[in-house]
Amino acid sequence: MATVKTRRTLAKAGVVTGLVIGGLFAGLPVLWLLSTSFKSNGEVFQNPPSLITEGFSFDAYRAILGNAAQLRFFLNSYIVAFAVTILTLLVAVLAGYAFSRFTFPFKKTINAMIVSVQAVPPITLVIPYFGLIVALGLYDTYLGLILTHMVFTLPYAIIMVTAYLNTLPRELDESVKVDGGSSWTALWRILVPTAVPGLIAVGVYTFMISWNEYLFALTLTRTDEMRTVPIGIQLLMGQHSYEWNQMMAMSVLGSIPVLLLFLFFQRRFIGGLTAGAVKA
Amino acid sequence: MTLTAPETSTRAAPAVPGRSRSTLARRLVPYGYLSPTVLLIVVLMVVPIVMVIGYSFRDNVIVQENSVFAGFANYTKVLTDESFLAALKNTGVFISVSTLAHLVLGLTFAMMLNSPLLGGVTKAIFRIVYILPWLFTIAVIAVIWRLLLDPAGVVNHVLQTLGLIQEGVNWFSDPGMALWAVTFVNIWAGYPFFMISLLAALQGIPNDLYEAAAVDGTNWFQRFFHVTLPQLRPVIISMAVLDLIWTSHQFALIWMTTGGGPLNATEMLSTFTYKQAFSEYEFATASAAAVIVLLLTMVLAFFYVRSQRER
Repeated sequence: MATVKTRRTLAKAGVVTGLVIGGLFAGLPVLWLLSTSFKSNGEVFQNPPSLITEGFSFDAYRAILGNAAQLRFFLNSYIVAFAVTILTLLVAVLAGYAFSRFTFPFKKTINAMIVSVQAVPPITLVIPYFGLIVALGLYDTYLGLILTHMVFTLPYAIIMVTAYLNTLPRELDESVKVDGGSSWTALWRILVPTAVPGLIAVGVYTFMISWNEYLFALTLTRTDEMRTVPIGIQLLMGQHSYEWNQMMAMSVLGSIPVLLLFLFFQRRFIGGLTAGAVKA
Repeated sequence: MTLTAPETSTRAAPAVPGRSRSTLARRLVPYGYLSPTVLLIVVLMVVPIVMVIGYSFRDNVIVQENSVFAGFANYTKVLTDESFLAALKNTGVFISVSTLAHLVLGLTFAMMLNSPLLGGVTKAIFRIVYILPWLFTIAVIAVIWRLLLDPAGVVNHVLQTLGLIQEGVNWFSDPGMALWAVTFVNIWAGYPFFMISLLAALQGIPNDLYEAAAVDGTNWFQRFFHVTLPQLRPVIISMAVLDLIWTSHQFALIWMTTGGGPLNATEMLSTFTYKQAFSEYEFATASAAAVIVLLLTMVLAFFYVRSQRER
């Protein structure tokens, strides 16, 4: 008995050691980001390095938050990401409903097309997008970004919504139809309210994709009035002669929305995310 | 995210008696629900792909009004360009090493997080720490690692203190190191998605398989190779192909750390194409490169679809 117990303790110690090493690998760079955002710029590369320095202050955050140009990047990112989220959910609910509750010719073909969108390289799309967006007069506008971001968000949103609606019993919407309601009523009165947990997961992921998008934001906008946070961080790199503490403060501020969304909706989110990928 | 098509229900809706609406109208209903999606996919994918293929066979596109037919000239130009060939090779190294490392790290971490030896709270805390890299946008990841890997940065400091290197290495601008540096950063940034999917798959393995194996007196390694790996195989294969595809799309990380340099050392197909279009304004050459990238991706996607069918 004693040997079994000892072996269990040893195994546990091994797993915990492994977890801590992995945790340092994952977490230390993030800790360093946070620590640097509170340093004065002169202390960023001080030798020996330390997590908390004498010059600990919120100055870098003050510099970012007191700068209207930087705040504009945040405003732009929120506007674009919220609009993309709402539009994606709307379109995906309609499409997911069709896939989940109807049979019709070309269903598989349309489904395959939606799935294949995810494999198309963004770099292949960005060249014709540039031509299209300029021709449509959408260059350097919110609408241009919102539309193009949907090419990333829509396919997976449809897949996730369809998978979620498939888990809801058909009797729910059939009862509405038996009472003489249309499929439209069944969708909005019954299915959508029931599907809220699934829709939240889809919405959170949509927001994250749009908030993080870089290539289209870089190519399809030109003025600082339209730039989003990821581009703003890059601009900070060239603009000032490396104000590292401000770059880190901006990075922290730019990461907060996604971090908060993730922490709040963690369970639903991971569940929804893996539902499609893992299903064998 | 997932490329997996959910199993769409094939059960037909039971006919409701006494409906006054015509059958034709009812048959069109699902297309009505799908019309915004189809419209968006045509505008955002079909038309652009047709456009880029058209561009790739012409010259002076976008920047000049009168473009002329150029045949395969743009393709010949791209395929004989040394930078393109370097980009092809670098992309191959970058995506295969990244994917392999994502798999190994993702599986190791997922198995540790799934260990029955640990309490729920410990697991929950470590799970959040392990997911952290995935929650940061690539722009942020690029600045974090530029800070850490700076010649005067903390990574060099630690390596010097341990006596592993003599003086600070400029990881992103050393031609021999840059490709490994960006690959390492990409490994750090990308393993969590693998880990999350494998963790869910691990939790889905029926426990009686392990119990049966334990009754047979097997050890940990035997259970890993004869129960765990075979059970995870379908998930591993499809995640690996997906990861190859997505890693080949990576642009922001390269662009914000090395810009493809030094001397093409980290030039990728994505950065090469971007430079042709938006630095050189050679949109026709860029389009030819973009079409080649699309074709290469389609080869990978073909394997993905096939692995899905086997599941």
